[in-house]
Amino acid sequence: MRALVVLPVLVPLATAIVCLVLRRFRTAQRAASVGGAALLLVVAAALLVRVDTAGIQVLQVGGWPAPYGISLVADLLAAIMVLLTGVTGLAVAVYSLGSIDAAREAHGYHPLFHVLLMGVSMAFLTGDLFNLYVAFEVMLMASFVLLALGGEPAQLEGAVKYVTLNLLSSAIFLAAVGVLYGVAGTLNLADLALVVQRGTAPGLFTTLACLFLVVFGIKAAVFPLFFWLPASYHTPPVAVSAVFAGLLTKVGVYALVRAFTLVFTGDPALTHGLILAIAVLTMVTGVLGAAAQFEFRRVLSFHIVSQIGYMVLGLGFFTPLALAGTVFYLIHHIVVKTNLFLMGGIVERLGGTFELGSLGGLYRSRPGLALLFLVPALSLAGIPPLSGFWGKLILVKAGLDAGHYVATGVALAVSLLTLFSMTKLWNEAFWKEPPEGSAVATARVPWTLLGPVVALAAVTVAVGLGAGPVFDLSSRAAAQLADPSQYVRAVLGAQARP
Amino acid sequence: MNFLFAVVIGILYAAGLYLVMRRNVAKLVLGLALLGHAANLLIFTVGGLSRDGAPIIPPGAERLAPPYADPVPQALVLTAIVIGFGVQAFVLVLVKRAYRETGTDDLDALRSTDS
Repeated sequence: MRALVVLPVLVPLATAIVCLVLRRFRTAQRAASVGGAALLLVVAAALLVRVDTAGIQVLQVGGWPAPYGISLVADLLAAIMVLLTGVTGLAVAVYSLGSIDAAREAHGYHPLFHVLLMGVSMAFLTGDLFNLYVAFEVMLMASFVLLALGGEPAQLEGAVKYVTLNLLSSAIFLAAVGVLYGVAGTLNLADLALVVQRGTAPGLFTTLACLFLVVFGIKAAVFPLFFWLPASYHTPPVAVSAVFAGLLTKVGVYALVRAFTLVFTGDPALTHGLILAIAVLTMVTGVLGAAAQFEFRRVLSFHIVSQIGYMVLGLGFFTPLALAGTVFYLIHHIVVKTNLFLMGGIVERLGGTFELGSLGGLYRSRPGLALLFLVPALSLAGIPPLSGFWGKLILVKAGLDAGHYVATGVALAVSLLTLFSMTKLWNEAFWKEPPEGSAVATARVPWTLLGPVVALAAVTVAVGLGAGPVFDLSSRAAAQLADPSQYVRAVLGAQARP
Repeated sequence: MNFLFAVVIGILYAAGLYLVMRRNVAKLVLGLALLGHAANLLIFTVGGLSRDGAPIIPPGAERLAPPYADPVPQALVLTAIVIGFGVQAFVLVLVKRAYRETGTDDLDALRSTDS
């Protein structure tokens, strides 16, 4: 069953091909898209169960032994991330049925969506740095086209900014990979970990660590490299925004976690201290940026930045408990953030706009939806017993244990400001009197929009109420991250020595 | 030889970064292309410049006799060139469409999606 490791890459690829072939038959294409996304979820769940029971799964592609071939590695973190990709993918695939117009569908929305999922899964599963670059490019190419598909002026303008910053990041990534190969003679992550343990050229490795921090920092949208995100994420259709918000920046966070737990651990005082400072500044700037916004999706875009800060914070603390906090936060955040964007789409459908000033009164016509919105919104702010509370609790506990009182204090203050932002959204869209002359919301919300939103809210509640098992899972994933020798042995065999 | 390559790579990076920071979108595209080339050449150089010695084991021999060139950087560069080609083609089309839709090629004028 080693093929299970490669299935999360193959399933979206096959789905994309099928969707491409069926592009003239709208109904069949839509069925294939949703079916493929559901299959990805099943495969991902099977992979997580397998990894959790049988340990780290490795597939040497083409039978070439590591470090000469390309290894696909599924440890617990990777498997969890792939499962979240499956959850997000299925939710957005269903939501797309009711929200993506026929012209976009005819011009390849569904194949591109699945190519995006393929790139994301490959980035999570690869055990080779150059392969990670390729996965990033696959993902970026799909995201470029999804962002620009439709060709509205705002979309194209946002795409120019998004594409520029991401290409810049890719160029730096490529250069850093090249120099790393020149220094270490390998790009296999497990083999690189051994090279670092041997103590080869520590100064050069620290320099390279900073280059990779910039590269993955741009992808993850950390301070001060986040400006492309709020300038572009609010321009495409909501379904596209939602899948970007849920998954793309998190690939950057994943790459940071992977690189800075497995490879760049030679000088944690410098690198992880830097990450900690970046995390604090990211949380603060993101949440302050959100406070100044009055457009539904722009508020949420700035909150992505702020929340990235929390995830990176756990990496900055760099203790097993803090890493568990980061993993828990990733689980919580991907579901909640996707859901908030999807909710934003429903609000727009009902109120006709994303501008908070022109919205209002939705509580009167849709009380159920208003309450439903509170689930992800309050979870994002960290209100117990929802999932965000536990994620923050773990991080705060880890921060206090490690003696980082300032960073922990900032994290708590930022969560208060997050509550302010979420209350603003709720007040403006649902609670306040509708502005003079605005139409009464009479549009029907189809089940294709409501279903994913309800399902994701249920997942949020389940993660909150079942925080114990989820925390145990995160802890096991963090234990693997804190002890890189497990990863190295799984990839290179038991006799691997530094 | 290494020194010459280092200078060329430096010039490519400087020119690329300069062009990326210009306001004109066409120059932005050229700058991104130059940065890609600089990175490719950097991989090629850092991987070790060596003449002669293809990394192919001759018939009858058991192992490779040094000196031989490392094939991995060349494989990396080849992949990166292919990806870069595709991406640049997309960027050209995107910039042309953006110019047609927004009516400007001045990046400073493209600020309606900024916050």
